[in-house]
Amino acid sequence: MEIPFNVKERPDTGLYNGKLGVWFFLASEVMLFGGLFSAYIFLRNGVEYWPHGTDYLDVPLATLNTLFLISSSVTMVMSWASLKLNDFKKFKLYCGVTLLFALAFLVVKYFEYSAKFAHDPPYLPSTNNFLGIYFTMTGLHVLHILGGMLVIGYYFGPGSKMWNTEPERFTNRIEIVGLYWHFVDLVWIFLFPVLYLL
Amino acid sequence: MSDNHHHQSFWTKYIWSTDHKVIGIQYAITSLLWLLIGFGLMAIMRYQLAYPGTPVPFIGNFLGEGGILPAEMYNSLGAMHGTIMIFLGVVPLAFGAFGNYFVPLQIGAVDMAFPKLNAASYWTYFLGSVIMVTGFFVPGGAANSGWTSYPPLATTATMGQTVWLWGMVMLITSSLLGSVNILVTVIQLRAEGMTWMKLPIFVWTQFITAFLLLLAFPPLEAAAVLQLMDRIIDTSFFMPTGLVVSGEVLPNAGGGSPLLWQHLFWFLAHPEVYVLILPAFGIVTEVIANNTRKPIKGYKSLVYAMIFLGFMSFIVWAHHMYLTGMGTTIGAFFQTTTMIISIPSVVILTALLLSLWGGSIRFNTPMLFALGFLPMFGIGGLTGLPLGLAAADIYLHDTYYVIGHFHYVVAPGTIFALFAGIYYWFPKITGKRTNETLGKLHFFTSFVCMNGVFMPMFITGLAGVSRRLWDGGESYAHAAGVFQLNEFMSIFAWLLGVSQLFFIANMIISLRSKKTGEINPWNATTVDWTDTSSPPLGHGNFETVPTIYRGPYEYSVPGAKSDYLPQSNKG
Repeated sequence: MEIPFNVKERPDTGLYNGKLGVWFFLASEVMLFGGLFSAYIFLRNGVEYWPHGTDYLDVPLATLNTLFLISSSVTMVMSWASLKLNDFKKFKLYCGVTLLFALAFLVVKYFEYSAKFAHDPPYLPSTNNFLGIYFTMTGLHVLHILGGMLVIGYYFGPGSKMWNTEPERFTNRIEIVGLYWHFVDLVWIFLFPVLYLL
Repeated sequence: MSDNHHHQSFWTKYIWSTDHKVIGIQYAITSLLWLLIGFGLMAIMRYQLAYPGTPVPFIGNFLGEGGILPAEMYNSLGAMHGTIMIFLGVVPLAFGAFGNYFVPLQIGAVDMAFPKLNAASYWTYFLGSVIMVTGFFVPGGAANSGWTSYPPLATTATMGQTVWLWGMVMLITSSLLGSVNILVTVIQLRAEGMTWMKLPIFVWTQFITAFLLLLAFPPLEAAAVLQLMDRIIDTSFFMPTGLVVSGEVLPNAGGGSPLLWQHLFWFLAHPEVYVLILPAFGIVTEVIANNTRKPIKGYKSLVYAMIFLGFMSFIVWAHHMYLTGMGTTIGAFFQTTTMIISIPSVVILTALLLSLWGGSIRFNTPMLFALGFLPMFGIGGLTGLPLGLAAADIYLHDTYYVIGHFHYVVAPGTIFALFAGIYYWFPKITGKRTNETLGKLHFFTSFVCMNGVFMPMFITGLAGVSRRLWDGGESYAHAAGVFQLNEFMSIFAWLLGVSQLFFIANMIISLRSKKTGEINPWNATTVDWTDTSSPPLGHGNFETVPTIYRGPYEYSVPGAKSDYLPQSNKG
């Protein structure tokens, strides 16, 4: 027997299973990053001196990265909207651009990280707790970006075959990935001011 | 999905299965084995506590020089007993096994919402549990900083702690997958007519448990990541400035706070207590309603009390931390919330007790365990009140009193409820009956032994004996008066182990017996009993998915032909 509401919405909740599932997953992600942000506040309040973000970090590069991620969120929505409009070619285009923006983010992040390690003396996670929490939180965020790219890449490449057989299900999947992707962007929107500007 | 299940090989049918029932059984078998192993670790510790410094019989040669249990290994056994019992044993059994098997059946669903994620959840749990115990084979032995893993002790501990943290990350991932699955299943896959206020209490408890797991576990994941960073790349999140270990100042940058770990840890670990107890409430409610043959007293009060309990459990965590010097203002806040959270627990217990009133009770094995649960959980709950008040807790903190308190909640509490569930649903899972004589022997021996083990702990605790002493208090003057109780407790602990043989024998004998052919041997009302065969069909569960017309506990309805009306009964 088929599992109901896998593709179609359940009338009384207005959701299909996957969408509800991803919302719950994101709720738990909020608690994960919430735990880390709380740790940040706790650590910062517990010491007399806490460095300013600009003492160590590169604000212009991070601003650029913020732009990349916000743009990728926009193209992600566009790719889902294209599927809703039955335009598979446009979907491919926007999906590809999303991946490029994500890649650009990672490249910038790579230069940021390596500049820290190359500094004399090197800025390492063990140098102080500011750098420690910086590397932990942005590192975890980068892992989330990589995970997202993996899934988006799959639906951009081999996974897109599903469009031919089950177009509605495929559109749902892109919507779900999109929800996750927006969340990852949102985490960055919090990380950027907290770590770089405050 | 049901088209080709006749041709499945052993591996696809029983190992890589995505059927919620098979996964439930996988969870059950694995977690029962872990419970046995966790119990075994404790049985070794109890020898050292009863007869400190004497060689342990039979297995002494594996433990240390002269067959005596070394103090370091005692610490490992203690930490791993707690970890294994809670994270590998009770939670997977209560939530993974019972939740997986019976939530879809009770709400009339064909499977869980995400069958593949369900299998992934089990295998992540399996892998995490194996990683956890490989700690015993790394240099320095398994994690030895207590199940709470407080830094800086845990940060400077041997390699076993790193293994513990990795294992924990896996287990948290597994519970995340499991809880998303249960939540979506209950919200999306309820059969037609199964409205929220017609859900069996068991489903409600699993639903609230899933919320707790979903939202409370991730901060511990964050904490585990931070502690891994501290241990592996020398950050100082939990390390204060200028910490001296073995006469030397540690090279860390410092500036961190051990309190931070405690906050993050207890933010999980207090809701975790309700993760342990809520499914037990659910099982006990089902068994009591069925065996008193009357409706549960106060169904709505039960539901609202449980929801309230779930919310409150997120704001009581620091009552584990009165002695950390976090300040009296915060202490006062958490004292207040802790007193408030005892109210819904009392509502639940009272509703269950009142449900017995005037019933013609059937004293079968599941009912005995459920009835045993009520006073045992009552003792566990009431002895918790002094611990929730800072003034009393300052004296009782970290003594055997605490051990007695939470073991009363979890061992003769939750585990009795789980046994009740196993005996109650055994006919559903296998189509066979368990042996009543062996079952009753199992109950009465376990009941006596549990109390023999845990009741004296209150006495030693009130005498001020610390829970972490390798010699059981032999070398402490204040423990002299109560030291003899250690032997008493140990003997009952070992007897408790022996009395589980009745359970094991019962399982083996019953599994080998013939199928009875009864679908609904207890005359129950919920659709898991009335609308599907015993054992249930493969993928799909039901011949036709039932429609629900009635509440879950319509027993002895005046004017009805039989003394129970199934939920799917239209008439």
